[in-house]
Amino acid sequence: MIPAPFDYVRPGSLDEAVTALADAGEDAKVLAGGQSLLPLLRLRLAYPSTLVDIGRVPELKGVRDEGDHVFIGAMTTHDEVLHSDLVRAECPLVALATATVADPAVRHRGTFGGALAHADPAGDLPAVAVALDMRMVARSRDGEREIPAAGFFVDYLETALGPGEILAGVRVPKLGPGWGFHYEKFHRTAQAWAIVGVAAAVRRSNGTIEEARIGLTNMATRPLRAAAVEQAVRGLAVTDTAALRGAAAHAAENTDPPSDLHGGPDYRRHLAQVLTHRALMAAAAA
Amino acid sequence: MTETLETVPEVGRARRRKEDTRLVTGRTRWTDNIQLPGMLYVAFLRSPMAHARITRVDVSAARRRPGVVAAFSGRDFADEQGSLPCAWPVTEDMVQPDHPPMAVDTVRYVGEAVACVVATDRYRAADALEAIEVEYEPLPPVLDMNEALKPGSPKVHEAGNKAFTWKFSNGDVEAAFRDAPVVIDRRYRQQRLIPSAMEPRAVVVDTDGETFTLYSATQIPHILRVMLALTTGIPEHRLRVIAPDVGGGFGSKLQVTAEEVLCLLICRRLGKPVKWTESRTEGNLTVHHGRDQLQHIEIAAERDGRIRGIRVNLLADMGAYLMLVTPGVPLLGAFMYNGIYKMDAYDFTCTGVFTTKMPTDAYRGAGRPEATYALERAMDELAHELGLDPIELRRRNWIKHEEFPYTTIAGLTYDSGNYEAATEKALALFGYDKLRAEQADRRERKDPVQLGIGVSTYTEMCGLAPSRVLGSLSYGAGGWEHADVRVLPTGKVEVVTGSSPHGQGHETAWSQIVADQLGVPFEDVTVIHGDTASSHKGMDTYGSRSLAVGGIAIVRACEKVREKARQIAAHLLEASPDDIEFDRGVFRVRGTQSGKTIQEIALATFAAHNLPDGVEPRLDASATFDPENFSFPHGTHLCAVEVDTETGAVKIRSYVAVDDVGTVVNPLIVEGQVHGGIAQGIGQALFEEAVYDPEGNLLTTTMADYLLPSAADLPDFVTDRTETPATSNPLGVKGVGEAGTIASTPAVVNAIVDALRPYGVHDVPMPCTPERVWRAVQEGAAS
Repeated sequence: MIPAPFDYVRPGSLDEAVTALADAGEDAKVLAGGQSLLPLLRLRLAYPSTLVDIGRVPELKGVRDEGDHVFIGAMTTHDEVLHSDLVRAECPLVALATATVADPAVRHRGTFGGALAHADPAGDLPAVAVALDMRMVARSRDGEREIPAAGFFVDYLETALGPGEILAGVRVPKLGPGWGFHYEKFHRTAQAWAIVGVAAAVRRSNGTIEEARIGLTNMATRPLRAAAVEQAVRGLAVTDTAALRGAAAHAAENTDPPSDLHGGPDYRRHLAQVLTHRALMAAAAA
Repeated sequence: MTETLETVPEVGRARRRKEDTRLVTGRTRWTDNIQLPGMLYVAFLRSPMAHARITRVDVSAARRRPGVVAAFSGRDFADEQGSLPCAWPVTEDMVQPDHPPMAVDTVRYVGEAVACVVATDRYRAADALEAIEVEYEPLPPVLDMNEALKPGSPKVHEAGNKAFTWKFSNGDVEAAFRDAPVVIDRRYRQQRLIPSAMEPRAVVVDTDGETFTLYSATQIPHILRVMLALTTGIPEHRLRVIAPDVGGGFGSKLQVTAEEVLCLLICRRLGKPVKWTESRTEGNLTVHHGRDQLQHIEIAAERDGRIRGIRVNLLADMGAYLMLVTPGVPLLGAFMYNGIYKMDAYDFTCTGVFTTKMPTDAYRGAGRPEATYALERAMDELAHELGLDPIELRRRNWIKHEEFPYTTIAGLTYDSGNYEAATEKALALFGYDKLRAEQADRRERKDPVQLGIGVSTYTEMCGLAPSRVLGSLSYGAGGWEHADVRVLPTGKVEVVTGSSPHGQGHETAWSQIVADQLGVPFEDVTVIHGDTASSHKGMDTYGSRSLAVGGIAIVRACEKVREKARQIAAHLLEASPDDIEFDRGVFRVRGTQSGKTIQEIALATFAAHNLPDGVEPRLDASATFDPENFSFPHGTHLCAVEVDTETGAVKIRSYVAVDDVGTVVNPLIVEGQVHGGIAQGIGQALFEEAVYDPEGNLLTTTMADYLLPSAADLPDFVTDRTETPATSNPLGVKGVGEAGTIASTPAVVNAIVDALRPYGVHDVPMPCTPERVWRAVQEGAAS
């Protein structure tokens, strides 16, 4: 990698990190696992003045049970998330989606918080965050605040984090019994980003869908909830394939998918419907 | 006398590659590993414009940046940089434009070098590039070959956009098509590909003021030395070229590159060692690309499927310039559009077209994958048209095993082959009938996931090549290969090969050949390659030639060593040379136990105390082999795909390859070549495409955009072989470097189209991305 020059600081605690970030000014960037930022630096698409490397901030690592939610530290690697018994038991959708992120090498370096703060709409975790109504914990010199996932992802690679704020971790609500989950990712090669992805959580009771939460990957410049589908599936029998297909046909409503080498917007809208149907079927049967 | 000999022949053993420990642990010398005292680092500024006049280049600010030693524009090299060579003037009237290594007045593709910085480290060199000012006056890009040939099209070069038109014809094609009961008329597009070798290109040049040593990640140290001497005027004897261990090429390092010439010029000017290593993005932009042809193929046939004749018309995208063998690549396909089939008439026309894109040149298979694709796709269309099973159609047309040697309509003489045997074996391994039954069932059920079966019965011409034939095709060099075999005083053997490997496993295969030829242990052989100072004579590595040409040179050199050793053994054993038998390393007097090992003889030739009159000391010999014919590997590949008609996703369910590459020296190496080749062919079928936007910018500059398949995207390959030895060389070998790539692409696309026949689909353009497959289903269903 031959990036443009930058200053580099590596704080040893979260307090030091937020101070360093504030001191470094507006053009500073936080370096987490580097799996998204380093390629941008390599291509000289980003010219940060300072990199604040939070790789050695102990309080940002790890997964904790905090009662009605699970706290996942921002610097927990994808691999650690994937193999956390707590995550697998209490927020299986996170584990399912994380398992599809890139490849094992990337999952060992890349971090949960880094992937969310990068806010790539083609990334797998933002859609899961909005589907599960995660609460993002932002830390700055002024203290801590919580940002609901719905308001966190502002635009392409843009979040609600302020210039001096670091994403410290994420609170993932425990959904309780009766839920089934699935992440349906459609991509051209194992390591490629999703053309479209669908994160589905479905609560069932007596063979009927009571509630569904559906997050869409790469159907706009930020992750979306497929609200029309969520409404349409309520009350449908989990085995009623045709009815679920009908409900999933609403998946492309209010989306604004990108166009690139891997697919045009019409293809993505079509995929959103097919994949939402499949995700619903799988989650309902899980 | 010692008896240490293995009785099992080495040729045919699945030896693990002796070079691999060194290569995979990195305890070796890749070009970029080389560090020399006082070394400077070069970075190139590249054109962001596809086509423009350069009105100003100002490098003065870059010269003032920290660590910068020098900065140059094309103007600074204009008097000495010459023109990058094209060694294959395919026609007398071919347009061969001047190709300055660094653009001086005009840029003709995005990525063309326009200036450079030389600095004390790589980072400072890259930073200083940002201080160079270049002003461009835009010219219209030329991107579409059909548009480029129209009168009034903007011109890439003054002489026009047509580089050449080359024709070949045999038999009465008009008659074959006149009143033909069936004519298949199809157009296919060979998309542009990026070779993507694992090791990026790198160049290091050092000088002592008089001589120059150039290290390069190249496939062709010998050819490069000649060409650099001719291009730069540095006398050939003062220029040493070294290809250290090289990490893959696939044809992309069969080139004389701008960066090699420019690094040599910079070293000459500054008198200091310099290094340049490309980034992956730089490589995607400026490593020569492959394929990029528009193919028009017509087959005239009888109702029973027998082919009357084939007519082919190609447009081949040269890119902006003609590089080392750019114009010759599509013509290598000229002899392959008839494949393994018999016919009475054949007509081939190819027009090379200039566009404002990176030049194309050899990429694994070079001309032959393109030909095989069009032919095998069109054969499936013919089978469909006639309602024949595609295998049965091929059976009715192929050359039968008893008909070899067979001179084809394209004028080549196939020495050997057995298409029946390879196909029967493949069908059995594949479970063809069972899969056809499943396909029928899925069609019946209107399963949204359809099954398709694709076949490709290919042959190819490799072992490049008889020098006389190359001469008749106007190629600028010969096709021979050289070997030195030296038995050292202690009985160990050094082999110097002119065929410089870049991943093929020469050190292992050559050791196996020598072990058998001289009766020495495999471990006792070492192979030297890739340095023009130690390997003075060679034609390098491309066109699946190393074993079929270079391997035979080694056999010939070993024969000479044995003959010399026999004379000495006879002398030492006081027998007539005619009575000396050679058996696994021991020269014996026939009918006796009296003998000398080759090691004993080697030591005797070192001391030279008691040699026959007129026999020179030392046991060594050289041989240069010029093949009398190409070799013709063949095989049958079968592919089953599941196509999800709702999403367009293609999943390869099973893949069977039965290849006939003649005698196998090392089954593991052959397996590796076949696996890698199939993977690369699948890459073309499903994933890879170099895409330029309407302004001529390359969009696929990273591996996130230019998708390569990894192991996770590929099925388990079932591979097997038939072994019909080549009759044109003493080992019976044919070459395997390109076969998998040639065979697999049409097998995969045939399978996809086969799956979608019920939807009215007759083609999916490559790469068959899910979106394209889905659109084909939509359009097919709508028609």
